[in-house]
This record gives sequence, structure tokens and C-alpha cells, in this order.
Amino acid sequence: MSTTNNSSQASASPSRWERLRDSYMWYSFKRDYTAQLCLAVFICMVIAAFASPLLAPTNPYDLSQIDIMSSELPPFWIDGADDRYALGTDAQGRDLWSVVLYGTRVSLLIGFGAVILQALIGVTFGLMAGYLGGRVDTILMRLADIQLSFSTLMVAIVVGALVKATMGSAFYSQYAVMMLILIIGLAEWPQYARTVRASVLAEKNKEYVDAARVMGLRSKRIMFRHVLPNTMSPIFVISTVQIANAIISEAALSFLGLGMPETHPSLGSLIKSGFDYIQSGSWWITLIPGAVLVVLVLSINLLGDWLRDVMNPRLYKG
Amino acid sequence: MIAFLIKRLMHAILVMFVISVLAFAIQDNLGDPVQQMVGQSVPESEREAIRERLGLNDPFLVQYVRFAKNAVQGDFGYSYFYREPALEVIARHLPATLELVFAATLIIVLFSVPIGVYSAIKPRSPISRLFMGVSIVGISIPVFLTAIVLIQIFAIGVTVTLFPESTGWGAWLNDFFSTEGNMPSFGRGYDLVNVVGHWDTNLATWNGLQHLVLPAVSLASIMLPLFIRLIRAEMMEVMQSEYVKYARAKGISMRRVYFVHALKNTMLPVITVGGVQIGTMVAYTILTETVFQWPGMGLMFLDAINRADIPLIVTYLMIVGVIFVVTNTIVDLIYGLVNPTVKLTGKPA
Repeated sequence: MSTTNNSSQASASPSRWERLRDSYMWYSFKRDYTAQLCLAVFICMVIAAFASPLLAPTNPYDLSQIDIMSSELPPFWIDGADDRYALGTDAQGRDLWSVVLYGTRVSLLIGFGAVILQALIGVTFGLMAGYLGGRVDTILMRLADIQLSFSTLMVAIVVGALVKATMGSAFYSQYAVMMLILIIGLAEWPQYARTVRASVLAEKNKEYVDAARVMGLRSKRIMFRHVLPNTMSPIFVISTVQIANAIISEAALSFLGLGMPETHPSLGSLIKSGFDYIQSGSWWITLIPGAVLVVLVLSINLLGDWLRDVMNPRLYKG
Repeated sequence: MIAFLIKRLMHAILVMFVISVLAFAIQDNLGDPVQQMVGQSVPESEREAIRERLGLNDPFLVQYVRFAKNAVQGDFGYSYFYREPALEVIARHLPATLELVFAATLIIVLFSVPIGVYSAIKPRSPISRLFMGVSIVGISIPVFLTAIVLIQIFAIGVTVTLFPESTGWGAWLNDFFSTEGNMPSFGRGYDLVNVVGHWDTNLATWNGLQHLVLPAVSLASIMLPLFIRLIRAEMMEVMQSEYVKYARAKGISMRRVYFVHALKNTMLPVITVGGVQIGTMVAYTILTETVFQWPGMGLMFLDAINRADIPLIVTYLMIVGVIFVVTNTIVDLIYGLVNPTVKLTGKPA
């Protein structure tokens, strides 16, 4: 395992592509139509979201482009629709198609950001706990246990609520993206830490680690350059699930009013603002962003399922 | 056993201490409770007097020690908004949440075990594949969205005009997919029966049950797919084990092998995960109760946050902490009792 890894770092990039083409992963991907469809949907959504300033007919952040007179217009297949707004408008008269594009971008940004943060914290702590052992292990894992015994969503809601109450809503709304990345990232790091620790424990007694130690390499180098590459497959597998989780957590926080403000909406805050109008018959304001959210999360989850089947790591259960 | 209990107790005390300090540390900056209590016209001198009387001007440590001393005796202070003991407010809201969680758990247990076992026994059958497909969709729908869709379908109603009305089958299909939408989607209803003390139950009357259905199904919808998949995965693993093969080789009836031999060991990890998920359920009650305006602890907590009702927030966090610690301990105990190979004192295996 270690030798293949070292040679992959040394070799040039074209052979890496050939290796991918010969790999079992590519073989299984070619035969799994669900995975192909999901990847296509996911990539399309990411591109559409990040190209939203080009694709969206209006800019929902620009107040001068919003007309309150055209609020709550239905999407095109219902009588009373306006040609200018294909998917209808929300309660403030914003074009729903534009708002959903921009909202998806915000949701994805927070999802990826939070996962990167929790992976950084979790992988570092997991490596330290697993490799160094002893008191470091006890303290870090006890911390993870305590945090996990509360659900991650609970931690995120409580921290979000307290931060918002402490700093005031105006300040919170202004830095909402950073706040949400921080809150969700801090709430979910134990997932990574436990997974990484479990695979480090399995790796650390192997001969290549002993060899590295005998060569006199420092612990830090062994941890990050030798052990870490061999724990990558479980990290990949949980990363997909964690992105889906982070997007759902963000939506939940926004739905509770602890996330993105309505002037700068994510998918969650669009659902929240639409929910107030569902009793008056304007279901599209809440259900169209909802459907987009479900398709996004579903495609990530199905990709994660496929990845788990292919890589088949021994995931830490419980 | 006793060593294990003491260890858990130390753990619980540590957790509660951390929670109490955290919950208390932010309170200095958490809005101005006096502003919430009095009107606009109350002069500054009067406000200062109230602050002094409530002890809000004391140093942090003094306030914390006072809080901890009282909390141990069950006194969490007065809710600024309700003007009654915070524990009393929680006690009034707790039964609604517990009934919701109970109903959701009932749905989860009733559906997850048979579906999980079936799709493990017959993994290739179309019904199993359907269940698996539905369950991954279920995992991907956030709980509040399930709730909104349920409200739209069963409380507001859907009129389908997709099929041509002129043909007989079109009209029939339109009728078939349209819903009337007469389910209640708001609050606990008027027909509550008082059981004892603060406990008014929804479970005794038809109207009460009707109000309970949509929130309970929403809350269950997030956990159900998880448990179906877990039970299926564990059961399939157990079915590969030597002792199940041996039981089959002995000629024991398949039903007995499935439900007596295999299911027992399937339930072990399910118990552990179940304990962790109870915590997640408490978090999801906040969302479910917000959508359905269900007057339980979750909705009360969100209101308390918006009102900067510090004693109520702190009490809620402490009570939720107790619930988590107690359930985790009970789960560990049960796990140790049903699985004799586990050493409860926690020696490294």
C-alpha cells in the first residue's frame, strides 16, 4: 500500500490518468448508471449555482430589480403566470428561478466550507489521538464522545442560537456565511476524528510505519505523510455524507431563523420564507427550493452510497 | 457493574458541569432581560433596581455558584417571560414533546423492524429494492420539508388536473391523486384529557390523535430510513455468520432462524445507535414543533431564545443534557446486559 502511494507521488500526471482508467473505481462507475446520473446532476447543479450571476435573469440581491407588485406569481404551468418569471415569484416579488440559483450557491458554499473545516479539525485530532495515543487520545476522544452524545444538529442549533443572541441579529446576518461554516464545522468534527482514529489504529502497527520510525522520521511527518494517505478512503466516503449533512444542517438552521437572512437567502431560508405563504395557496415559494434541496442532497447521498460500495472501507460504526 | 456505574456517574457529572458552565458563560452578553420584563416608560433607576434585585450585577463566579447551588436543589430560577419557575415552565411543555417522541418512536419500531428484516432476507426482491430506494430519498429530505409536504397534502389539500378531465380514466386519476386536506396541522387540538398534573394527553381522544398524526409522522420520517438501512445491513451480516448457517443446517424452520437466532444479534448495534438517535430526535423536535406550532419544549426553547429568557434557556439546556446522559447510560447498561461479552468496566478489549 505504502509503496504504491509513494510511487504515485513520484510519477508524472499522465500515468495517474491511466491508473484511474484501469482502476476498479472507473470500472464500476462505467457500469453504474445511477452513479453517472447523480454525478451529472450534481456537477450541473454546482456549475449552475456558481454561474448564477450569468444564468439568472435578475439579481435578487439588487433591490432595484425587485417589484413588490409582482409578488406571489405562480410558475408557468399554472394559470395567471407571468412570462418574465418562469418559476413564478416569491412573496417579495423576486424571480424564483434567480433566487433558487443564488440560494443553491450559498447552500453549496456553506456545505463545502463546513466540511473542509470539520475535516481539517477532525483529521488532525483523529491522527493525533490514534497515533500518539495515551492521554492525548483519552482527552480528544472523551471530548468527541461528549459532543456526539448530543446530536450534531442539537449542538449546531444551540451554538447558533446563542451566538445570534450574543452578537445581535444584525451582526449575525452580516457574517452569516462565516458563522454557519464555523458552527456546522465545529459541530461535526468528531465524525472525522473517530473515523480517522479507527483507521490509524489499524495502520499504525504495520511494518511501513515501523520502518519509518526506525529511519528516524519525526512523528508529525509519519502521521501526515505516511499514515494519512492510507486512511484516505474512509475519509472520502464520509466526506460525501458529511457534505449532504452540512447542507441539511444549514437548511435546518436557516429554517429556524438562525441562518442566512432573507435578503441573502440560502435554500433553507427560501423554504422558511415560503412556508408563511403555504396556507394562502402559494405552495411554489416553499416547495420549489425544497425540491432543489432534495435533488441536491439525494444526488450527493447516492454518490456516497456508490463510493462506499466501491471503496468498502471498514467504517467506524455507531 | 458498580465500577461501571460509578464511572458513568463521574462522566455524567463532568458533562453536566461543562454544560452548566457553557450555558452560564454566555448569559452576561445574552440580550437584556430587564428590557424584556418592563415597558418602555420605566425609568433607568427602576431598571437598575430590578437588575440589582435579580442579582444581574454580581460577578460571574458569584452568579455561577448561586446558580449551581440552586440548580442542584431543583431551582433553576424564574423565567423572565412567564414569571414563574423555569422548571415549572419546562414541566408544562415536557409532556407534549414526550408524547410526540413516543408516537414517532412507535412508528419507527413498528415499521423499521419488519421492513429491515424483510429486505435483508430477500435483498433482490423488487419490494426490498423499492424500500431501499424510498429510504435513501427519505434520508435526503430534511424533516421540516417532510412536514411542509405533509401539510400541503393532508392539511391544505392538492387538486390534480394533470390528466384530461373529459375522459373517464382521466377524471378518475385526477380524483385519485387529489387530496381533501382536512387533517389538522396546527397545535395539539382542543380535546386534551388531563392525566395527572401537567400531563394533558393527546392519546385519549380522536381529535387529539388526529393532531398528533402529522407531527409524529414527520418526526419519524427522518429516523425510519436510517433504522431500516441499519437493521438490513446488520441482519445481512448476521445471516452470513457460522451459527446461522449451523442453525439452518440443523433443519430449524427458517422463521425460527430469522426471528429467534438472527434477529437477536441484529438488535445489538440497533440499540446502541438507537440511544444516540434519541438525542437527535430531541434536536428534530425543535424543527417539527416549529412547523406544527406544537406547544412542546422545542418551540418553547426557540421562543425563549427570541425573548432572551436566560433562565429558561439554561434550564432547557440542563434538562436536555440530563435526558442525553440518562439515555446514554441506560443504553450502555442494556447493551452490557444483553451482550455478555461486553466488559462494563470499560477495559480495553
